[in-house]
Amino acid sequence: MPAVQETVDQVRRIDVDQYKYGFVTEIESEKAPKGLSEEVIRFISAKKNEPDWMLEWRLDAYRRWLTMTEPTWARVHYPKIDFEELYYYAAPKSTPGPKSLDEVDPELLATYEKLGIPLREREILAGVEGAGDRRVAVDAVFDSVSVVTTFKEELKKAGVIFCSISEAIREYPDLVRKYLGSVVPTTDNFYATLNSAVFSDGSFVYVPEGVRCPMELSTYFRINERNTGQFERTLIIADKGAYVSYLEGCTAPQRDENQLHAAVVELVALDDAEIKYSTVQNWYPGDKDGKGGIYNFVTKRGDCRGPRSKISWTQVETGSAITWKYPSCILRGDDSQGEFYSIAVSNGYQQVDSGTKMIHLGKNTKSRIISKGIAAGRSDNTYRGLVSAHRKASGARNFTNCDSLLIGDQCGAHTVPYIESKNASAVFEHEATTSKIADDQLFYCLQRGLSSEEAVALIVNGFVKDVIQQLPMEFAVEAQKLISISLEGSVG
Amino acid sequence: MLSIKNLHASIDGREILRGIDLEVPTGQVHAIMGPNGSGKSTLSYVLAGREGYDITDGSILFDGEEIVETPAEERAAKGIFLAFQYPLEIPGVATMTFLKAAMNAQRKARGETELTTPDFMRRVKTSAEKLNVTQEMLRRPLNVGFSGGEKKRNEILQMALLEPKLAILDETDSGLDIDALRVVSDGVNALRSPDRSMLVITHYQRLLDHIVPDVVHVMAAGRIVRSGGPELALELEANGYADYVGAAA
Repeated sequence: MPAVQETVDQVRRIDVDQYKYGFVTEIESEKAPKGLSEEVIRFISAKKNEPDWMLEWRLDAYRRWLTMTEPTWARVHYPKIDFEELYYYAAPKSTPGPKSLDEVDPELLATYEKLGIPLREREILAGVEGAGDRRVAVDAVFDSVSVVTTFKEELKKAGVIFCSISEAIREYPDLVRKYLGSVVPTTDNFYATLNSAVFSDGSFVYVPEGVRCPMELSTYFRINERNTGQFERTLIIADKGAYVSYLEGCTAPQRDENQLHAAVVELVALDDAEIKYSTVQNWYPGDKDGKGGIYNFVTKRGDCRGPRSKISWTQVETGSAITWKYPSCILRGDDSQGEFYSIAVSNGYQQVDSGTKMIHLGKNTKSRIISKGIAAGRSDNTYRGLVSAHRKASGARNFTNCDSLLIGDQCGAHTVPYIESKNASAVFEHEATTSKIADDQLFYCLQRGLSSEEAVALIVNGFVKDVIQQLPMEFAVEAQKLISISLEGSVG
Repeated sequence: MLSIKNLHASIDGREILRGIDLEVPTGQVHAIMGPNGSGKSTLSYVLAGREGYDITDGSILFDGEEIVETPAEERAAKGIFLAFQYPLEIPGVATMTFLKAAMNAQRKARGETELTTPDFMRRVKTSAEKLNVTQEMLRRPLNVGFSGGEKKRNEILQMALLEPKLAILDETDSGLDIDALRVVSDGVNALRSPDRSMLVITHYQRLLDHIVPDVVHVMAAGRIVRSGGPELALELEANGYADYVGAAA
């Protein structure tokens, strides 16, 4: 593993964006006309050289979408989105960004500084025009192209397929046709259906039978990641007895001109397979008045399709103006297991409505939910979760623990658990606590010499420890740092 | 070391300290005794810089420097330590982690370099052994599930590691059985030094059998009403606080 870790570190240090012209061919400066129509969908599909079945799939979704209405049940508030005002296919260059870092929110720049992000990367993250196009000499030990190539070769040797979903549609149509939409059907919900019609790009992973993926897969390695736009689509399949761990996101706050993000992630675990999916989400939350932040309306679902399979979601959510997502598990196979570990931090005017669904269908299925919500500033943080046991799910077990921590007196934390059991042998346990960082707790730390910021960071890190431990090592340290930074200025 | 003049402090408009005058010279141990509600704990909080109190009059000189406006964490770095009557719990934060964070925060504030891990471990090990603080306790989250005795020993351990110039012990004997009281007192006595002053706040005389003070002050209704030698504590033990409660009101 050390060699692999080194590779991972190297690639992460090098900004891969500058190689986009080497790998991505379908991006052109053209964009589809504003608004959504069958014509626009045909345009997108043609641009991506998709086969007919894919176009039909998109069109079916679009027709369905036309009959749907936006859901309103979440505890979030935002102005009505005009879907005719959005662009559904646009190369990133065509939407004007800031001309230089001088035009970027200074708060955002301060955060980059604290995270120790190099200047050039700050420009790319902040979406400064042309920042990603500039060629800068890479003074790494070896050429980064070869790193990516080595990485790809190692995966190939193991038989793992890891590529963009567009590439998968062209290269592995049988796999895509078999699994795409099998967990989140095109008819699922308003935003998932919209995504099905217009999805831009995303990741595809297939781990063959009996293979343990030799490394953590990360979106860092995906060259065209930056251009996946607002409707990302990810599909991960672990065949019988396979194992894969996937990391999504980035601790650095990313700015994006697209305000609405409606991604779909589907996971399929066959017999005895295991998928671990970790997310660190730190989209731009908006300025200090809450303006300009990202709306993150995501559908993430895993299907434990085979017996003894296991799917584990771990998420650290600190960014976005609005987060609305419920990474869920369908426990279809007997003895399958689902896990959800979540830290959701909200500050300023952020709104979070997040949680999970554990649907127990098979016998002796187990699920575990550990959710830690931290609300500061004027934010609202809701945990919403469903645990259900089907009539046939004898011996189903769930343990849920939802803790909320409040910082200050203008924020809100809410817990909305739904529990449905149609089988008398199911055992569901639910624990929930809400606490406030108490003045005397804070004073105790100050008396020992800690500043109020250090004290809050310490108390919060203690609060989220159970979840941080679930993250892959390299993410855990960054996530801790990120949480502290997200809460800066929340006391005193 | 500590010089308090005509200190008045109130909380929510209610005056608790009504003109405290107190001198604690370097190297001395002073005890403050008094009935419940006399303002003993308030005095300890005000000295440590807890927010929420209005200092309406008077001054607190520490090493000749006025500290009424100094924030709590800066006072800590200057060398004021408060051993809490009810030490706070911090779930998920190992005691060891907390100790290191506190020591390094104070060092940083004083412009000193942070401790290396081996250096830190060595210091903790030496002090912990003396106070019967086990490695297992150090790994547990700070004060979570600690017994009364463990919490107080942990306070004294922090005092030993932070090496304050002025240690304020607020009702350190409360909740301790006789054996635990001995361990804690021995720990405190070991930290007596010509460079360090202590202010021992207690309701009962029994603590002062173990930690023998140079001076005993009696506090009632927010003022120091009498001062004397260690024998004053014995007199209070025999006669109670009734005289002072009546006199001050």
